[in-house]
Parts: sequence; C-alpha cells; structure tokens
Amino acid sequence: MNKTKFTISIYTENNVGLLNRISAIFLKRHINIRSITSSESEISNIYRFIIVVKVDNEKIVKLVKQIEKQIEVIAAFYHTDEETIFLETALYKVKSKSLFNERQIQNIIKDSRANIVTVKPEYFVIEKTGWREETEDLYNKLKKYGLLQFVRSGRISVSKKSMEITKFLKSNKNV
Amino acid sequence: MKSISGAEAVIRCLIKENVDVLFGYPGGAIMPVYDELYKFQDKVHHILTRHEQGATHAAQGYARSSGKVGVAIATSGPGATNLVTGIADAQIDSTPMVCITGQVASSLLGSDAFQETDIIGISTPVTKWNYQITKASEISEIFAKAFYIAKSGRPGPVLIDITKDAQFELIESFEYKKCKNIRSYFSVPETDPESLKNAAELINKAKKPFIVWGQGVILGNAESEFIKFIEKTGIPAAWTILGLSAVPTEHPLNVGMVGMHGNYGPNVLTNECDLLIAVGMRFDDRVTGNLNSYAKQAKIIHFEIDPAEVNKNVIADVAVLGNVKDTLNDILKFLDKNNHKDWIAKFGKFYDIEFDKVIDREYNKKSGGLSMAEVIKSINDNTNGESILVTDVGQHQMVACRYTKFNQSKSNITSGGLGTMGFALPAAFGAKIGDPNREVIAVIGDGGFQMTIQELGAIFQSKAAVKIVILNNNFLGMVRQWQQLFFDKRYASTEMINPDFVAIAKGYFIEAKKVEKREKLNDEIKKMIQHKGPYLLEVIIEKEDNVFPMIPSGSSVSDVRLE
Repeated sequence: MNKTKFTISIYTENNVGLLNRISAIFLKRHINIRSITSSESEISNIYRFIIVVKVDNEKIVKLVKQIEKQIEVIAAFYHTDEETIFLETALYKVKSKSLFNERQIQNIIKDSRANIVTVKPEYFVIEKTGWREETEDLYNKLKKYGLLQFVRSGRISVSKKSMEITKFLKSNKNV
Repeated sequence: MKSISGAEAVIRCLIKENVDVLFGYPGGAIMPVYDELYKFQDKVHHILTRHEQGATHAAQGYARSSGKVGVAIATSGPGATNLVTGIADAQIDSTPMVCITGQVASSLLGSDAFQETDIIGISTPVTKWNYQITKASEISEIFAKAFYIAKSGRPGPVLIDITKDAQFELIESFEYKKCKNIRSYFSVPETDPESLKNAAELINKAKKPFIVWGQGVILGNAESEFIKFIEKTGIPAAWTILGLSAVPTEHPLNVGMVGMHGNYGPNVLTNECDLLIAVGMRFDDRVTGNLNSYAKQAKIIHFEIDPAEVNKNVIADVAVLGNVKDTLNDILKFLDKNNHKDWIAKFGKFYDIEFDKVIDREYNKKSGGLSMAEVIKSINDNTNGESILVTDVGQHQMVACRYTKFNQSKSNITSGGLGTMGFALPAAFGAKIGDPNREVIAVIGDGGFQMTIQELGAIFQSKAAVKIVILNNNFLGMVRQWQQLFFDKRYASTEMINPDFVAIAKGYFIEAKKVEKREKLNDEIKKMIQHKGPYLLEVIIEKEDNVFPMIPSGSSVSDVRLE
C-alpha cells in the first residue's frame, strides 16, 4: 500500500509520562517516528506535540483515534504536507578557518539565505530554517568544507485550516 | 495541625469510593498503607492472595460479578511487576480495576534503590491511565480521577503508584470530591441522531439481519434494552465469549456463539446475512477469522462506545456511537415490529447438523472416556443456569462457554482477549466475594490450574465457597489439538505429568474428590454443589479430545469445520 507522510498534531495536558504513553502507541504498531517536537500551544497550559510519520491512509486514521483515546489527550489531528505550513531548523558548526579561507562558503551562506548565529575565533555557527530539502542542500554544500557539528530540529507546523481546539474543549459536555 | 498521613488518606479515598474489599500482598514500599488497613479493617476488608497476579485476577472477578471497580494493591518492584498480566488482561477485556502500588521514596527515584522498578513506564501501554503520586496532597484528587476513569465510558484498569514518603507525609485535612469529569476525556461519545435513523432504516428493510453482541451490553447494564431491541425486530442474535450470559441461553432469539469455536449456524450465516449488527463488540480476530472473507455481502451497523473501535477491523456502513443502554433505547421508536421466521429456521437447521455431528456425541456421550461437555451437562443439571461460571483458557473454556446454561447476566467470567492461563482460580474467589449469594463454579484445565495453584491458600484463608472443577486430560489440550491438526501430531511439551490435585487441595484443608467414571459423575457434582465451603472436584477426562466446531486461524468463518 502507498505510504504518505502525515503530520500529526496532538493537543494535551502537561503531565509527566504523556510522551511515553503517546510514543507507546507507535511502538505497539512498529511504526517509526520520523520527527517529534513538543511545545506550548496557543492555549495556556495546553501542550502540543507534532509528530511526523509515513504510513498508509488507513493506518493514520486508526493511529490518531488511538492517540485521541488517551485520557490526557484533548484532541489529535492529522494533515498531509499540502494541508500544513511546516518548517525545520538546522544548525551547522563550521571551523572559522574555512570561513576566511574558502571564499565559496560566504556565497553558499548568502545564496541559501542562512544566518550566521555566532562567530568565534575557532568556529562559527550557521542557522537555516526551511524545508527538509533546503536544510539538506545546505548540509551537502557545507559538508565538503568540514562540518564540526550538524543538528536538525523536528518539524514544526501549523495547519492551513483551523483545528478549533477551543471549540473541541467546550463541546465536552462532561465539563 | 497536620494530622492525616498520606497512607490514611489512601484508605479514606477507598472508603469514599465505597470500596469494602481489596485484594493484595504487602511489602516494604506499601507498608504505611497496610498499617492503615489494619486500623480500618472494620471498613475495608483486605484479602491476602498468595501472589500479586492472583490479586489482580481476583479484583477482575470481583468487578465482573459485582459490576463495581475491583481494587488490587501491591508493593514496589516485583510486587508491582507481578500485577502486569492482570492489568493487561483487564485492559483488553475492559474490566474496571484500580491497582495501587507502593514505590521507593521520591528522593530515591531513578537510583535503582531496593525494589525500585519503573512501574509507570512498564504499565503505560496496558493501562487506561496511570499516575505516580509523590506528594500526599495529590492523593484525593488522583484517587477520585482513577475511580472515575476506571469505571466510566469503556472501563479499564488504572494504576496509581505512591512513593513511600508520600504515604508517610502528613497533611492538614482530608477532603474528597468525587470526579465527574475530566476536560480532556470524553467518556461517552455523542450519538449522532442521523446515525440512529440510518441504522433503523437498514434494520427495517433487511431480509436476513443478524446481530452479534459483546460485553458492551453487560458493561453498559443494557441487558433489558438489548432484549427489547431483539424482540421487537425479531432478529437472531449471537454472542462473543465476553457477551455470554447477557441474554438467557433459552431465549428463542439467542442462536449461540460466534468465532473460532462458536456454533455452526452463526458462523456460516455471518457470510449469508444481508445486515450484520454489531452491538458492543470489537470484531476480534478470534470472532471474525479472515477479515477478507468476513460478512463481505452484508451491510454493517456498529453500536459502540469507543470511537477507536469503529472501522478498526471491519468498516461500518453506519456507526452508532454512545452507550448501548441509550442508543438501543433511542433507536427502538424507529424500528418496525418484525419477525424473520424463515431466516431463523436456517439457524435451526445448522444447529441440527451441529447437534448430530458434535453436540450429541459430546454432551450426551455414553461410552468411552468422559467428555468435557458431559461434565458441563451435569453442572447444568445441578445448578439450573443460576450459577456464575468462571473459566480459565483453553479447551475447557471453549466447551464450558459453549454448553453452560445461563438465566442471568454477569454470570460468565473468563479471560477472553488476553487468554491468560491461571486466570480462573483467583478470578473465581474474587467473583464469589463480589456476589456472595451466588454459586460460583470455576472450571479449569489441569495446565492453567497449576499456574495460580497457590491461590488455594487465599481461598482457604478467606473461606470463599468456590467450587473448583478441574478437567484433567493430562495435556495442555488446546495446544495439543493444534499440534494434532496443524503440526502432524508432534506433541512438543504439551503432555503433563500431574500431581495429586486432591491431595494438594486437602493440604490446604479444602474438601476434594476425584472422579473418573461416568456413572459417578453426577453424584459427585451434586455433592460438590451441596457442600457449604470451598470444594475441588478433579474429573479425569478423555486424553485427546478436540474442540469442534473450529475455524482454523486465518480461515473464513464460513469454513468452520465440524470434525
């Protein structure tokens, strides 16, 4: 079956152990999580997980229902890439020597619209926010000059359509 | 003035939740709570099992016979891990249970202290909810939440882990407010009125409708609504193993069991009906066989409380979300009075075939070794369908569930989803304590009995008058049956050299008898029923009997084999 990349957005209470409970749902079904981030959401005291997985269309529905079933999950949604605006941030640590010796590097930074976060006598750090292809492209270009460190964040995303989480909270007649 | 310890608060919470009995086993990290149990023993009765697994199964048996939340308690480390099998069993069979575990002091968490284990991490995938309490001030709120979560919506097990310092910690006063809602938890989903109308339309125009009901009917206390529903529509109804006893065996619309060892008609006709109405059941693979050839010709209506079960295994044409007690009641006014005589007669014809090929030979056996079915017949003859049946897992379970007669609901207690051998003995005495006025008969195989055999000690000490029937074929019978049918009779590690079960029971001062002969069977069963206290009857049965009908795993329900 054809697998699609989905972004799952999960609104939750902020409790110890919830990450474990959510990740166990993927583990039980032998699904690899491609990226995961968690942060505060637009509503105070409600947290938001963004999880990216590649699964078939039938499985994503079941997965999201199982996630939503967890007591401290308020609501969960899933979207395809077309339905979201999403970004990742990458950091690249490069030897300062290369910045001054290799003219090309400065052009690469400029062309990729990356920012220089910090410059120290020994190293400098570049930040690039964008799609995976863009951060990957920059990675490939900088690699030949020697990367001291590279790291990329999980995906963060907002959906194009509203998720109406507050409405969801109010619709709980038990409250 | 600080005067109430966390441990005392725990007991007060239990009293507020009307818990008058709990099952457990003490140990270091839970001792403050046990100390309070000692002080409150006139209000909360603690039953000492012989292993923590027994405590969970007893709590499950208690919950299933009484309809209340079962409570099990254990210490940290091995005490807590020993609960896990029972918790997993309660999760898959939707049994309301609260488990309380002690934990090392919060200052020691993560230090690999003596008897420390991460029971929150371990129990997460098999609990409806769990929580670690590290401050006494949290106790009231967390217990209120735990009981609410365990019993509301689709019930399930909850685990509360309490660090030892939280048990000792003093708080100023004890206040308890019962939990009635949690903002992130939708216990019962809203019913779409359209779904009721759409379902009614399909039901009214169906020519060959067929109902399969599950435990949802029992958990929702919806037996009378369900019976009204089937009587008005005149639709034949079959049960999953956990739905058993919700409708009396003799009800004319009760056509038997579906699934791997279910009745012939319900299985074959699943693939002939034009409408399949699932009520409070989850299309387990033991019920459906191969999904690719399961009721493909039929429209499907699914009455269900858990949205995650809808379209999980079988796609529903109409899903009616909600508690079946409400939805079955609400749909009634849209339904035409009907009967399906010719269609029901078909079930009768299949029953006759099954009777000739299987039932008569087993249930009314006249020569050769004793069959499991004739032991059940003798139990039926002596209890008139009024007793609670508790079964373990395996051949005896299938036979007992197929043949036992029931007049009232909450009478069948078994490990369905998880298939936990060793379940029956502790579950039976839990069930007896949950409903002391009813006869409780545990039917157990010789294999499963030895998995929790130590609970004879708990039965003896608690004086629970459980009747234990061991169907002994000196084999792990179900595995042996599969070895015979699918592994060319290579009986790998299934033959059992068994101990003297009667002597063991007597060692626990439990009255016991062994029977081997057909002509003695009924007298011995009668004697067992009449006995006032706990009693064990070992019945030696035919060594290599198979359970039929059978749908080999991966086959279609309509390929059910009679021999």
